[in-house]
Amino acid sequence: MSKGVFKKSVSPVTEPPAVRYLLIGLSILVLAVFLVLPLVTVFVQALQMGLWQALATFSDPDAISAILLTLLVAAIAVPCNLVFGIAAAWAIAKYRFPGRSFLITLIDLPFSVSPVVAGLVYILLLGPFTPVGAWFLQDFGVRIIFAVPGIVLATIFVTFPFIARELIPLMQDQGTGDEEAALSLGASGWQTFWHVTLPNVKWALLYGVLLCNARAMGEFGAVAVISGKLRGETVTMPLQIELYYQEFRALAQVSAFSLAAVLAGLALVTLVLKSWLEWRYADQLAAGNRGH
Amino acid sequence: MELGIRDVRKEFNQYPALHGVSLDIRPGELIALLGPSGSGKTTLLRLIAGLDFPTSGQILFGDEDASNKTVQERNVGFVFQHYALFRHMNVADNIGFGLKVRPGASRPAKAEIRRRASELLDLVQLSGLEKRYPAQLSGGQRQRVALARALAIEPKILLLDEPFGALDAQVRRELRRWLREIHDTTGHTTVFVTHDQEEALELADRVVVMSQGRIEQVGTADEVYDQPNSPFVYGFIGESSSLPVRVANGELWLADRAIGLGAQDVPDGDAILYFRPQEIELLDGCGGCIAGTVAASRRVAGSRRVELKIGGQREQVEIELPVGHPAAQQSRVAFRPRRYKVFPAKAT
Repeated sequence: MSKGVFKKSVSPVTEPPAVRYLLIGLSILVLAVFLVLPLVTVFVQALQMGLWQALATFSDPDAISAILLTLLVAAIAVPCNLVFGIAAAWAIAKYRFPGRSFLITLIDLPFSVSPVVAGLVYILLLGPFTPVGAWFLQDFGVRIIFAVPGIVLATIFVTFPFIARELIPLMQDQGTGDEEAALSLGASGWQTFWHVTLPNVKWALLYGVLLCNARAMGEFGAVAVISGKLRGETVTMPLQIELYYQEFRALAQVSAFSLAAVLAGLALVTLVLKSWLEWRYADQLAAGNRGH
Repeated sequence: MELGIRDVRKEFNQYPALHGVSLDIRPGELIALLGPSGSGKTTLLRLIAGLDFPTSGQILFGDEDASNKTVQERNVGFVFQHYALFRHMNVADNIGFGLKVRPGASRPAKAEIRRRASELLDLVQLSGLEKRYPAQLSGGQRQRVALARALAIEPKILLLDEPFGALDAQVRRELRRWLREIHDTTGHTTVFVTHDQEEALELADRVVVMSQGRIEQVGTADEVYDQPNSPFVYGFIGESSSLPVRVANGELWLADRAIGLGAQDVPDGDAILYFRPQEIELLDGCGGCIAGTVAASRRVAGSRRVELKIGGQREQVEIELPVGHPAAQQSRVAFRPRRYKVFPAKAT
């Protein structure tokens, strides 16, 4: 009898201990094998010939220019998508207009299209022998394809959905009540946006920006097609890693993994930054009843 | 501020939400817009605020046509049903928001804004909660903060959309009395929307009863309760029973019997008799009365509600008797309404 009473004190949605430990163990195992192990391998490979050899990679001008180019591309693509993402999310969440659901589908397009296809499309559209490409080349002296502008365009395309996707459900959920309240109190459209709308979505926005940034720095397929792989000019970090890896020098292998370690390190910094912000502003997140 | 609504019509995607509504609100009045959901009461409130714009018609603030003014230009205090407090701002910042966003010259100094916020917090009896965030307040407290925030901009009129809709019964009653006190202190012309007739009748100077995008009746609590001008108002405000009857020569007939009630202004033909269950007199004999068999009897708070089947068991009416009245034990009861109203059948 007492055993029966005891059983009832366990929540009905809790599984028996065996099931719980099995599920937890499985998750940890999968994470270890597929995520932690490769990450460790990157750092181990980078350091296999000593720290100095690994650091020597960064005296190679190609490596330096690849790092700088990657940072430049991310620095342009992320702010662009920040603006596009907020605008698109605002339009979809706050207004009803014909073609609204089509726009939602369109925003997801970069997720469903292979990045290689995206790169090819830009070459066919903006290459030097197309009308648009020739116009830019002749009238402005600007090359788009096999140059930095093309890489930025391709990166913007590939990373477009991240911020919009984070904001849309949250903005839809919040509705327009707070904005109406701000307007009725005399705030202008801009004041309402800065003081009410933006603070209401800032955590989702930050999360979207971090994801967008990670993808912008790591994008390979679309950039590989459009860059032309001119060493020191249009090669980003992921491309440079591949170029190093294709060489048959042992030192190049070290360089490949050293650069990969930097890329992985940037991703880790992003994660740590996000966790730190969440910890630092835990009270605000709780007060807002929402967060990631 | 006097408020005039002139033949205002509002359509949403060609579907009319308001059909040509007119209403005059006197300065300093406390007005309730009362109606079931879909009656257009919230639409009317939002049109007054400038959160929506009428398809046709005019909204006058005093002598000024405000129909095309934006919500910012109208300077109204609007309290939302779900408070719409800014969740990332503390109570003081919420209340001061309307002052903080004013353009340069008319914006008070920071210290002045803080002082006004504390003053308003005193008014809504929440002194000392300046630093709290909305999530740390109870529902009733949030609604008070929302009201303080609306009052901070010194609005010309105060508009409240179902102000107590999301609160439990106890808090509602308390806030109702409190809102009346605030209104009497500040003297703002106030319009509030509610679907709760008790709230409307208790709180408002005049009640505007709405149904299906039209105003059915405007009047004091006594007027709309004692002299409903339409079957809808009779049915919506307070308890009512109805019975199909026939009018002939200014008298009411139930089947082949006159029931001893006159109906002077109603044309001959089918009609519906409305009365309050509690406003009846019981009769012993039946020379001109309504008689029915007792179908059920329920205890409701301080009285007993008796359901009667009348006229070949097809019609049912409810009457109210004092608890312990012997008539509730009988199988047949005869009665006559003390007060009643007859509407031609077509109007229902």
